Amino acid sequence: MRFLTSANAARLVFAGLFALAPIGQARAADAAGVLTTYSDIALAKYEDALTTAQTLQARVQALIDKPSAAALTAARNAWKAARVPYQQSEVYRFGNKIVDDWEGQVNSWPLDEGMIDYVDPKTYGESNEDNPLYTANVIANPKLKIAGEDFDATDLNAVTLRKLHEADEVEANVATGYHAIEFLLWGQDLNGTGKGAGNRPWTDYAKGAACTHGNCDRRGAYLAAVTGLLVEYLEEMVGNWQADGAARKAMTADGTDRGLAMIFIGMGSMSYGELAGQRMKLGLMLHDPEEEHDCFSDNTHNSHYYDAMGIRDAYLGSYKRIDGKTVVKGPALADLVKAKAPAVDTELRKLLSATMDKMTILKKTADSGEMAYDQMIGEANPKGNAIVQAAIDALLAQTKGFEKAIETLGLGAVQFEGSESLDEPQKVFK
Amino acid sequence: MSIGPSPRPFFRKGGGLFSCCICFLVALLALGLAMVSPNGPQAAERKSKESGNAAQDRSAISRSEILAPTTDFSKPERWEELPGGTATNRTRFDADAFSQPSVSLSFEDRAKFFIGDGFFRRTWVTAPSSTQSADGLGPLYNARACQDCHLKDGRGHPPARNDDNAVSMFLRLSVPPITAEEKQLIAEGARVIPEPTYGGQLQDIAIPGLLREGRMVITYTDLPVTLAGGEVVTLRKPTYSAADLNYGPMRADALLSPRVAPPMIGLGLLEAIADEDILAHADPDDKDGDGISGRPSRAFSKMAGGITLGRFGWKAGQARIAEQSADAAAGDIGLSNPRAPFAWGDCTPAQTACRNAPNGNNEDGFEAPAEVMDLITFYSQNLAVPMRKNVGDAQVLRGKKLMYEAGCISCHTPKFATRKDYEVSALGGELIFPYSDLLLHDMGEGLADGRPEAEASGAEWRTAPLWGLGYTKVVNGHTFLLHDGRARDVVEAILWHGGEAQKARDAFAGLPKTDRDAIVAFLNSL
Repeated sequence: MRFLTSANAARLVFAGLFALAPIGQARAADAAGVLTTYSDIALAKYEDALTTAQTLQARVQALIDKPSAAALTAARNAWKAARVPYQQSEVYRFGNKIVDDWEGQVNSWPLDEGMIDYVDPKTYGESNEDNPLYTANVIANPKLKIAGEDFDATDLNAVTLRKLHEADEVEANVATGYHAIEFLLWGQDLNGTGKGAGNRPWTDYAKGAACTHGNCDRRGAYLAAVTGLLVEYLEEMVGNWQADGAARKAMTADGTDRGLAMIFIGMGSMSYGELAGQRMKLGLMLHDPEEEHDCFSDNTHNSHYYDAMGIRDAYLGSYKRIDGKTVVKGPALADLVKAKAPAVDTELRKLLSATMDKMTILKKTADSGEMAYDQMIGEANPKGNAIVQAAIDALLAQTKGFEKAIETLGLGAVQFEGSESLDEPQKVFK
Repeated sequence: MSIGPSPRPFFRKGGGLFSCCICFLVALLALGLAMVSPNGPQAAERKSKESGNAAQDRSAISRSEILAPTTDFSKPERWEELPGGTATNRTRFDADAFSQPSVSLSFEDRAKFFIGDGFFRRTWVTAPSSTQSADGLGPLYNARACQDCHLKDGRGHPPARNDDNAVSMFLRLSVPPITAEEKQLIAEGARVIPEPTYGGQLQDIAIPGLLREGRMVITYTDLPVTLAGGEVVTLRKPTYSAADLNYGPMRADALLSPRVAPPMIGLGLLEAIADEDILAHADPDDKDGDGISGRPSRAFSKMAGGITLGRFGWKAGQARIAEQSADAAAGDIGLSNPRAPFAWGDCTPAQTACRNAPNGNNEDGFEAPAEVMDLITFYSQNLAVPMRKNVGDAQVLRGKKLMYEAGCISCHTPKFATRKDYEVSALGGELIFPYSDLLLHDMGEGLADGRPEAEASGAEWRTAPLWGLGYTKVVNGHTFLLHDGRARDVVEAILWHGGEAQKARDAFAGLPKTDRDAIVAFLNSL
């Protein structure tokens, strides 16, 4: 077993994926074009995520400078707008190590929000043996103890927040990223699977005696710092996809076929294990409102919808930018598949489009105010449950389509060397 | 967000990619395999390259010939590299070596496996909470999640310090049947009579507002053993007690038995072995006079409709994975479920505060409903055994020969076939190499816990399967073995063998060091 004894899964599959059938010149050229499109779209998505995060930063600053109900609403709308391009970029997480290593600072979830700010002890609880910082409330407490050491949080700046993130090695201590900002804008959703999102009053940022829940200045400082950090992180990721960026280079570092495989791994993992499995099916089975990705803002329907759109666009090699007009596109996986087996391509397009149909129903149901995502997955809601289940089924079906496409492109034929028993493992007793 | 306290690892950095990327990788792999195999992965008989003719192969080697222990140690046996048959994990050999799905699963079933994995990792919370279907922890418990004990789906270990919560190890409790009623219960198939106050096991954690039952205390004393050639191995002999008991004294005759969480791999394959194949190895009265009895465990199983052959647990007290999972959910985490509908988990009627604590039952009366338990069961049935390492290595082959000759395989049966009609078809019709007969054997005074369970006496233990043994270190970061983790490595584990295994143990101890090393090399290649 020369091959397997030293291999890990990734190596094994990658080896299988790119050490395959010889590919012709034309095919190689096409593949390089596909990888370029993929990287160009990544750049555009992260640029859009950055632009919208900068808008969010401006709105947040306006809220802090001149607090009002309108300023809070404007900041919340800016947050929702910022999620649109970011969620479409999530398909880049899987398969791209650089993105995945970075992602935890930006999109970690779920979080023990009691570390950041006040919470309702009745629904949240007052302590948790797994997390000593469960109710640390750094906004109210400038001096903390973390793992027995004094921690000075007098200055709620980027340096402090970076240190607080995953403090005491507890992953739920999420101090940075979209969901920390979301909590500071919306507050806890205390409605369970009932109607309504978080309902933080704008006066949580009010000055002087109007301030509610105390420490409004520190809350504002936290919000400004965490939004600034998000902008910083996104700038870094934009850099990674520019002409000489590390993530772009990594796409071609081990040959074009490996790059193509990485695209499929991103699509398949996002679609199958992550979105259909962990993000949707688990919560649906538990009827658990905590299993809501954007739980403070009740924005989960958009989160899922744009995730699915990102998966589709990775295959079609096309992305419509936030201006609603500009389209970034080029040679796509779809072209490669179509050239080899038009029927497989047609089928996969159908499956992707079916997923978007189901996701659209989900999104419309939430946007219309009929029911939010956390209500859809609630107990005794057969209609809502069915809407979510239909989207899950579509995601699973399209993943099967990816397998066929992989097969078509000859990316999946893992050839084991050597051992006879491994060439064709089949049941002994049949 | 509220009470849901501990995060699941899926979404975040690392974890998400890891668990989800892998499922897709496995999907790709399975596909790849299907493609290179002209008849598909489920095709007729595994055929050799040379013959290429399944029918011919089948007639050439009979079932009993395939299942007989090999006598040829000059080269690896055909198929032994895949101890779990086509289900064998052939891709991951790192810390996640025990966490992969049966490779032979269909696309849909793989999705089921990964959702089951989600529940296996899920941290349960105290009732009441906003998440009705996710609460119900305790009131008394040993762990908040399956995965907390079954670390990386592998072996638990004794606590590093006595003041730690044991988590991946606990004390089972019972009392000998004395009253007529208790004797009647045993006669009707009860595995044990629980200790009247503390129940069937000592829970060392409680939800807020309740007192934990107590804690396990272990003390070790040195026990030097001299092997051939003069090498001295110092075993550590444990004694167990329960301290800081919060619900009054235990009955004076209470029996304590420590247990670490056993590895989760290959359980479905073991469940798929036909009863008669296991019973064929039994020799309860030692009719063949080899000093080894091999008694089948008779376990009560509702699913089987009464007493049936037990095969799971350190004393083989459980017949079915679904029932073992149900009991573990109720006893270890405190989750009521259809097969163990006790919202109070292992609290006894004497523990009134616990009995009266709020529960997390849904409208059907369960904290973990059938749908969830079925997924956990399916997951538990399908954790693949990893491929063997270095099967052709000269030292490994020599160690294999010495191990077989020392008589170890009288109990550590190398091979079994799985039933073709097993409920998970991906696991049926396989040739497997568990190295266990799944029978009970008297292991002598040294290992005895003095606590009978169902058919097993206080000195009897089920032969532990050896597959995956060599991965313990990489998966769990330790090499603690046996039911209570007293053995710190393979050699110590062998030296603890007594009773029916005394002869084999003595044979090992009498071998020259190089031969002993070869046996260890073989065991670590499993």
